[in-house]
Amino acid sequence: MRIKTTVAGLLAATMLGGMGSAQAETLRLLTWGSYAPEALIEKFEEEYPDIDVEVTFSNNEEMIAKLRATGGAGYDLAQPSHDRIYAAQFEYDIYKPLDLSKINTDAMQAKLLEGVKENTTIDGEVYAVPHQWGTSGLMADKTKAPDLKSWGDLCDPQYKGRTSMRLKRTIILGMAYEMGEDPFAAYSDLEKYQGILDKVSEKLIECKANIKAYWNSGDDLTAMMLSGEIVGSETWDSTAYKIYDQNPDITFVPPSTGALAWIDTFAIPRKGKADDAAYKWINFVLRPENVTIMSASTGAIASVKGAKDLLPEDKKAAVNAAFTDADIDNLKFFANIPPGVEDMEGRALEKIKAATGG
Amino acid sequence: MLQKDFKRLTLYLLFAPFALWIILLIILPHIGMVALSLREKVAPRVYEFGFANYLDFINEPIYWNTLLRTGSMSLLVTALALIIGFPIAYYIAKLASNRTRGALFLLCLIPLWVSDLIRAFGWILLLRETGIISSFLVWSGIAGQPIEFLYNDAAVIVGLVYTVMLFMIVPLVSTLDGMDNSMIEAGYNLGGNGFTVLRKIIVPYAMPGIVSGCIVTFMLTAGSYLTPILLGGKNSSWFTEQIYNQFITRFNWEAGAAFGILLLLFTSVVIWLGLKLSGQTLANTVAKS
Repeated sequence: MRIKTTVAGLLAATMLGGMGSAQAETLRLLTWGSYAPEALIEKFEEEYPDIDVEVTFSNNEEMIAKLRATGGAGYDLAQPSHDRIYAAQFEYDIYKPLDLSKINTDAMQAKLLEGVKENTTIDGEVYAVPHQWGTSGLMADKTKAPDLKSWGDLCDPQYKGRTSMRLKRTIILGMAYEMGEDPFAAYSDLEKYQGILDKVSEKLIECKANIKAYWNSGDDLTAMMLSGEIVGSETWDSTAYKIYDQNPDITFVPPSTGALAWIDTFAIPRKGKADDAAYKWINFVLRPENVTIMSASTGAIASVKGAKDLLPEDKKAAVNAAFTDADIDNLKFFANIPPGVEDMEGRALEKIKAATGG
Repeated sequence: MLQKDFKRLTLYLLFAPFALWIILLIILPHIGMVALSLREKVAPRVYEFGFANYLDFINEPIYWNTLLRTGSMSLLVTALALIIGFPIAYYIAKLASNRTRGALFLLCLIPLWVSDLIRAFGWILLLRETGIISSFLVWSGIAGQPIEFLYNDAAVIVGLVYTVMLFMIVPLVSTLDGMDNSMIEAGYNLGGNGFTVLRKIIVPYAMPGIVSGCIVTFMLTAGSYLTPILLGGKNSSWFTEQIYNQFITRFNWEAGAAFGILLLLFTSVVIWLGLKLSGQTLANTVAKS
């Protein structure tokens, strides 16, 4: 008897629970760490009380792997970088085309919007629109490494054991530019690109002796930089801005060959179940007052018109300390990754990691 | 008759969760992995049956070197855990009073209450160049300048030994616990010294515990991911990292699956060799302790 009532109670509870979740829609975001600040989520849920926001933090590679595992199910809105849409969609079919009429594209900077659309159009369908952009480059402690200005300077023996980098594709591309190559132009000729990769790998293997450790996450890097264990590193600009906030001697340095620019986008997974909520979120975070909250958390610049003025004061100072107008003109935007290139780059990275350089 | 059927039904019901667990979570995924590993990618969205992923592994020294490296470092970790864990287990099982025994066991358990990740970060705080140990050495004048203890293989081994220690101690304690103290006394009475008693009486008696502890420890170490990644340096590759890279960075699930299967085969062979060399069987070690 006792057991029966418990079971009945449990059943009733599950049914109630089920009904509760059926009423409220859930928006499942798959995005970068810091791209969904708590303040913004609360504000969004206040405005749309029937939508619950759930956030999963990830990175480009893991986003694609997760969506590939489920054929594009499990999330309602993803934010991969603009160069990671085309090949992933082409090979694994994990996104659905966007309905641009539901997005407030007028607010976006035309150049960025056109760039992303061009990069992510397959068979006339657009799969992504821009959200925020930023760059990868260098950072240096001005008091200890005032002359660290190019990718190659990370391998300068005068900073032996005092530099760091992330062993991912960014450093390969940066070093290729440093060596006078144009890696993005070589994407169309994979044999030539393999030649560049071999050359760059050799250089990076030599450089290993100079590196203290490869960083894995922004937190690693921040800890090493702020504690003074390293004086310079390859970095995302946003990480550098956050560090600048705590120690103004450390600034972002656009490499002499040009900082590498990425645009993180909005894309809707193929089996997403809350498209309307996803469009609402996109339009919500692109509103000027929300852009400032977002940029304060991410350190990246929104792709809306006048975004630089919408940056919070501390970030504005950091950006101005880092970039001149000439640096902005010199930006190298990541080009679409054709199918197969990730595998080639992955092989090169494995070779570098396995080599014993010191 | 009815009684018999009822008994059988009870048995099936009791067995069902275990069977479901094994089939759904162990056997089926592994069949899937084997099938995946035998697919060859010939073009985007086009796959063929073939052994290319395994050939790739054989033809690329980086891969099998990493596997051998992972295997040998795991053996080292297992040996260290045994050497450090045995005296502790012996103390807990034989020398400690009943009351302190519980407390000692608890002390061994406590580190497991926090996750792998937090424990690795704990080690990072201790070992880094501006960390606690290095700062203490500089402050006390033993070292002239800060020393980097992190980002090398020694740090990885220390971290791993710490993580797996408990899995060595528990089976050792449970076998040593069953040992009659009079056997040790008899050994001394017959003129054996401490070392002889250890070699001829205690170790042979504890063998099932030693073997099962070693197996668990070795498997855990060879399959660990976080500790080697976080504490390891620019040259420390771990095989699980290769698997992760294949799946995530290179989008090459086929090769990743092949590597997973190879890791499983490799560790199984090592354990089989270990059992053969020590003259033990699974039945009288793992199953017993």
